[in-house]
Amino acid sequence: MARRALSVSVKSGIGAAALVVALIVAALLAVVSRAEVGAGFLSSDWAAIRFTVWQAVLSALFSVVLAVPVARAFARRRFRGRAILVTLLGAPFILPVIVAVLGLLTVFGRSGWLNVVFEAVGLPPVSIYGLHGVVLAHVFFNLPLATRLLLQGWQTLPAERFRLAAQLRLTPWAMFRTLEWPLLRQVVPGVTALIFVICLTSFAVALTLGGGPKATTVELAIYQAFRFDFDLGRAALLSVTQLVLAGAAAVLALSIIPSISMGGGQDRPLRRWDALGGAQRVQDTVVITLAAAFLLLPLCAVVLRGMAGLAVMPPQVWAAAGLSLYVAIISVLVLLALALPMAGWIASGRTGGTEAIGLLGLSASPLMIGTGWFILINPLMNPADLALPVTALVNALMALPFCLRIMVPRLRDTLQDFGRLSVTLRLKGWPLWRWVILPRLAPQIGFAAGLTGALSVGDLGVITLFADQERATLPLQMYRLMGAYQMEAAAGAALLLLVMALGIFWVCDRGGRWHAEA
Amino acid sequence: MLRLEGLEITQGDFRLAADMTLKHGRKYAVIGPSGAGKSTLLGALCGFVPLAAGRLFCGETEITNADPGARPMTMLFQDNNLFPHLTVLQNVGLGIKPDLRLTSEEKARVEAALVRVGLGDQMTKKPNALSGGQQSRAALARVLVQARPWVLLDEPFAALGPALRNEMLQLVQQLVAETGAGLIMVTHAPEDVRRIADEVIFVGSGRAEAPQPAAALMQNPPPELKAYLG
Repeated sequence: MARRALSVSVKSGIGAAALVVALIVAALLAVVSRAEVGAGFLSSDWAAIRFTVWQAVLSALFSVVLAVPVARAFARRRFRGRAILVTLLGAPFILPVIVAVLGLLTVFGRSGWLNVVFEAVGLPPVSIYGLHGVVLAHVFFNLPLATRLLLQGWQTLPAERFRLAAQLRLTPWAMFRTLEWPLLRQVVPGVTALIFVICLTSFAVALTLGGGPKATTVELAIYQAFRFDFDLGRAALLSVTQLVLAGAAAVLALSIIPSISMGGGQDRPLRRWDALGGAQRVQDTVVITLAAAFLLLPLCAVVLRGMAGLAVMPPQVWAAAGLSLYVAIISVLVLLALALPMAGWIASGRTGGTEAIGLLGLSASPLMIGTGWFILINPLMNPADLALPVTALVNALMALPFCLRIMVPRLRDTLQDFGRLSVTLRLKGWPLWRWVILPRLAPQIGFAAGLTGALSVGDLGVITLFADQERATLPLQMYRLMGAYQMEAAAGAALLLLVMALGIFWVCDRGGRWHAEA
Repeated sequence: MLRLEGLEITQGDFRLAADMTLKHGRKYAVIGPSGAGKSTLLGALCGFVPLAAGRLFCGETEITNADPGARPMTMLFQDNNLFPHLTVLQNVGLGIKPDLRLTSEEKARVEAALVRVGLGDQMTKKPNALSGGQQSRAALARVLVQARPWVLLDEPFAALGPALRNEMLQLVQQLVAETGAGLIMVTHAPEDVRRIADEVIFVGSGRAEAPQPAAALMQNPPPELKAYLG
């Protein structure tokens, strides 16, 4: 077709992408240079690798298998509160891991609500620590993600098909076979692969619910080698391992991973004539109720316990909250500085192949990057002095792939629709951004910024490598309180963190939509 | 004067050749079957469609490789002629300065153009708050302030009803008469040709024919044009 009318921020986009690659490659080189390959793997390292893969497999399978009936139920039911529930399915994405863990502990923990019920009816208590705890937490986070992605798939089925199916009076089983099964076969592999890759780099969940020789992920092993043994050589070797593992999985999965659209309009009203009666209806109601309970009870637990805990929080928690806010703001600024020019460059291109650069962040593990930069910084200055900037930077890098996926399609549409007009009006450079791109992209920018801010404020990853006693972000402070068995204070901190994460997201998202029209 | 010297456009299997001279201040209608390349021809003149061969002159200046924004022409597209997130005033103002830092004299020019097209009381509205006809008027106000020697219309009024479309074409006619600009417009309707055009460029079977006087051509069309007109 016609020559591409408009190219935006090609130079700065390439510059930003090069910077991202350089940051990651520098960390990688540092890690490789220190990795003691000769030392080989200890048996505990092999155990960590096996556990990492195994828990990721289980987490992905359980998340997707459970998500299928939930998505199906949501797809064919209209009820009051459905929109809110579907929106809530997006919440775990911005929910700080450590907050969710505390919620899960409150419900499923040793003296949690579930065990209280079990004891009352004479069943043996369940323990949340170890493999099943890790998988439970991962399912908690990824079941909603899987459900939303499947639901998206369901909504691609045109309404005419359902009308036709209704006319043909297909039975539920025939309906499933002709409409839903082909769809699932298309969507499920990608969703499973995505969750598998996400779970491979799990750190905070393993840190809090795993541990010990039987339940240590590679990321956690990096942390332990680093923090407990201060064995940089082994941490580096494990980092390389993690990179190979997650990188290989990401590359293999890349082609089948679905596009992640997390925007608002996921709720297209679609009238269905099937499954109106009897058993199907009961089944859907039960499924939705159970899923909602599984997702909402831990959140309620955090709120209830946190209210009581707010009063007993030590003053360090407030200081940590301040630092976390600072980290989140820096993260958002860095993210926007990287993502906007990159999005412009990518959207100007013919193909989406350049998005792969952003996806590098998905496979690169935060702890690998952290370890690498620690090795680089250590000879020059006290890494703890850079704890907050490095955390902010790594958080921005982690959010980058998601944010690019949010912004690029909209930017591409904008260039498609208004590129020629902009060219005839000689709009380029800053005026083009000021008058065309930023206003058109405001909702996406707000959403991406909110996502990054929320992820960053709740992140418990790199900070654990760099922090000393004085400098702790809120999630780390909360983790320390939990480690000291000050559960009430930790619950207060969790509530504060929850409010901050949701608040940051809300402010940015709202800000982006404020004047957005058309 | 706009001179198309041995222009050739190729896009996959599609080919279009054009060789003609267009006189400044005249009104040309581009007609021909769908897919013959009417829009492509306009796109090539504006610099959106790459040329496989040939040269393009405006007066004595070669503009074959000039940026679309630097060419002495302004084009209205089939849609997306206005930014929906900007006010009418801003949209028209962009025609004068891309950074919208207008002097008071320039602002007055924008307002005068809007008054001229009958939108004096709609300036602070956004396009979505306007009717289809008003949106076309706003786009024409921008064409007015841009004041380029050539105005190209790629069926910007196609979505309007017949009465409204006539109204717009009349306005276009008045505007180009006032500014002395040349007009090149794609159209499907023979009556538009009769009403407005001085000359007709017929685009068919891989060629854009040199312009011929509209009245005579429509009276006595050659076989290919006859087949198209039905």
